[in-house]
Amino acid sequence: MGGESFDGALDRVTNFLVAGVGGQGALLASDIIADVALEASLDVKKSEIHGMAQRAGSVFSHVRWGKKVYAPVFDEGEADYLLVFEVLEALRWQPTLKKGGVAIVNRQKIFPVAVANGAQAYPDEGVLQAEFAAAGQRLVVLDAEKIAQEVGNIRVANSVLVGVLSKFLDLPADIWRDVLARRVPPRALNENLTAFERGRELVE
Amino acid sequence: MTTKQILSGNEAIALGAYLAGATVASAYPGTPSSEILPAFFRFGGPHAEWATNEKVAYEVACGASYEGARAFAAMKHVGLNVAADPFFSSSYTGVSGGLVVVSTDDTGIYSSQNEQDNRHFARAAKVPLLDPSDSQECMEFMRIAFEVSEQFDTPVLLRTSTRISHGKGVVEYDPGSRVPVSVKGFQVDINKYVLLPAMARRRHVVVEERARKLQEYGEDSPLNRIEWGDRRLGVIASGISYQHAREALPEASFLKLGLSWPLPRRLVETFVKGVEKVVFIEEADPFLESEVKMMGLDVGSDRFIGKEAFTLLGEYSAGMIREALAKYPELGVTYEKPAAYRTSERLPDRPPVLCPGCSHRGVFYTLNRLKAVVYGDIGCYTLGVLPPLSAEHTCLCMGASITTNIGGEKAAGFAAQADTRPRVSVIGDSTFLHGGIVGLVHAAYNQTNTKILILDNRTTAMTGHQDHAATGKTLMGEPRKPVDFVKLAQACGVDDVKLLDPFDLRTFYREVKASLERPGPSVIVASYPCVFVDPRVKGRQPIFIEPEKCNNCGVCLRFGCPGVYRQDDKAVIEAAVCNGCAMCVQFCPTDAAGTQKAAKEAAGQSEGGL
Ligand SMILES: Cc1ncc(C[n+]2csc(CCOP(=O)(O)OP(=O)(O)O)c2C)c(N)n1
Repeated sequence: MGGESFDGALDRVTNFLVAGVGGQGALLASDIIADVALEASLDVKKSEIHGMAQRAGSVFSHVRWGKKVYAPVFDEGEADYLLVFEVLEALRWQPTLKKGGVAIVNRQKIFPVAVANGAQAYPDEGVLQAEFAAAGQRLVVLDAEKIAQEVGNIRVANSVLVGVLSKFLDLPADIWRDVLARRVPPRALNENLTAFERGRELVE
Repeated sequence: MTTKQILSGNEAIALGAYLAGATVASAYPGTPSSEILPAFFRFGGPHAEWATNEKVAYEVACGASYEGARAFAAMKHVGLNVAADPFFSSSYTGVSGGLVVVSTDDTGIYSSQNEQDNRHFARAAKVPLLDPSDSQECMEFMRIAFEVSEQFDTPVLLRTSTRISHGKGVVEYDPGSRVPVSVKGFQVDINKYVLLPAMARRRHVVVEERARKLQEYGEDSPLNRIEWGDRRLGVIASGISYQHAREALPEASFLKLGLSWPLPRRLVETFVKGVEKVVFIEEADPFLESEVKMMGLDVGSDRFIGKEAFTLLGEYSAGMIREALAKYPELGVTYEKPAAYRTSERLPDRPPVLCPGCSHRGVFYTLNRLKAVVYGDIGCYTLGVLPPLSAEHTCLCMGASITTNIGGEKAAGFAAQADTRPRVSVIGDSTFLHGGIVGLVHAAYNQTNTKILILDNRTTAMTGHQDHAATGKTLMGEPRKPVDFVKLAQACGVDDVKLLDPFDLRTFYREVKASLERPGPSVIVASYPCVFVDPRVKGRQPIFIEPEKCNNCGVCLRFGCPGVYRQDDKAVIEAAVCNGCAMCVQFCPTDAAGTQKAAKEAAGQSEGGL
């Protein structure tokens, strides 16, 4: 497994880019990452841009944590982690990821209108694998919805993805669990925690 | 006891206002400012309301201030254009209770019609400008803004940009430190509050004197500070640009300005003379640069590096700052662009689209068929410009759909060659209330040939579904009598008024066409709730196209709905996306559509699975 030590996390700023399509929960996931930083007594900044339309537009969020964080955003090639909820968006945001960075990608496909009406083609998953390999980046692709369904609640897909990410960061897992407990509705807490563990198990 | 919380800049502004004992808050929504008022109400602010437009919001806050209450108005950058009239003159009347206007620039134009730099407003109205650089400062500066306002008898402009308002960061504050709400009551003072020319002339003297005092205040105010570092390079910055610059140049010296107008002359002079080179790092216009250069400090002009090194366009970042400064060897700044890997595949764009089930879709479908010239306006419905609907041809500012059509149609009448295309104004319900009513009155009284479609989706959708005067509810959740658009249009003097359902495409087409053929002004209210605000609309069953019946004619694809696509020569509806509005299948020649539920029942399946 990758990742720096807890102390390492304090020494330098770690950059996350979280992206997806409106309505998928990408912004909530980025809020969870920010909350984890606060819980771990790190400084944290976050910046998000919502698409103009209410649904089906691209959404993305920068999160940065460390001892002291100034700018809320970072440049291309500077993300340590990419957490993306949709396959096409993963390719779109790949330039933000640094060489040696980790991409965690949900295997969901949401067709933009240009694909729906046949004007443009949707890239297939082979492209995804090939491009991240070519860039020297680590790629973890998972079907978070399927795992969520197995857990018994389609809405906990988010926690699966967060679980995967948590495994790369050497902060105590309990910090993540505590934050989840505060962020999700109490009656869905057990399902979320199970989903989180299932995510962690995907990374050895 | 302090507590720490992660807050957006907007939430932090609301918190600061709450802690400052602000009493009355009024706003018209607009990205990136819209979250401020609901947050103020959540924190426990006594009164928060959606105003009909920004001028109304500003005047409501101004009146509350005249009564001695602390009050504020919030709006996006272009909102201050609308509120400019009371803003400028309130600089002359001054305040009683602290008065703050929060205006949020949209540097990078993420969701606006322009990229104006509202710092100019402060200088033009001679009002102090507070420029926070993160969430913590948003909270603190908002508190200080009320104090400055009362101390100097002036409105205060607190300005953010998208990255400040929608950025989040840690805010530390003491929940027990709230200033109690206090309202002194109106003190008659006609020399101050009645701006007749004789009074205004005297008030102008006061305004100029105040500017000098504010400059003095800035010399040792906690809002401004020098951070000495490497003396070879000194940066002057404020707002978000300070954070980018700090990130880019950790060793440099900084003059960090929180009160960015008026500038403190002695502090600036100390800083400028204390470093070898001064770099102005500011997104948008050279505002600080021009202010400092106009001071005429006794230093060579070759000491300054400003906009000749940086762009006027869009947002800055640490990387672009280093890249720009690496061109000046004397600064010792180096830059190496980080490697960024990009696929060579052409990736499909994901432009914004009208939502599945959106009531605007049928309007643009109809106008497209009618080959109309469409004077548009601002809202979700501006997306009617996109193919395949392609039926919106202007978008200037809120309310302009009606008035530009009035002028356009007049001018077209003088064209050498008759242009017979019909002209139509399309305006959302919130936009109509904001800035459309005056145009309607003008059209009615002058009997212009103006055809107005009011798209009444019962919400201010584009900015996040805020209530307005025709929704029947206030920001604080109280029920109200909604404005009746039909009666309003009639009362303004329009006789040709119709209320239509934009999902009934055949009737809608027929009625719009007929109204275009009649002379004189007309109003059609296309009324149907947005998918986000009505549970009945939200809960509809998805449509299912039976593949055996589909003949691939493509009629259902003409609506530009993200839920319909073509696969293997058949139209397919994505059940997870479809809202069941059934607009796309109204003209299906083979009757291939049913609801998902009906389709499943026909196949003997049970509901509830996925
Ligand atoms: C002067 C000004 N204020 C605010 C805005 C932000 N804004 C853009 S569209 C819009 C309102 C849209 O509501 P509505 O007209 O009801 O149309 P809908 O989005 O619901 O279709 C607002 C407030 C703006 N662009 N200009």
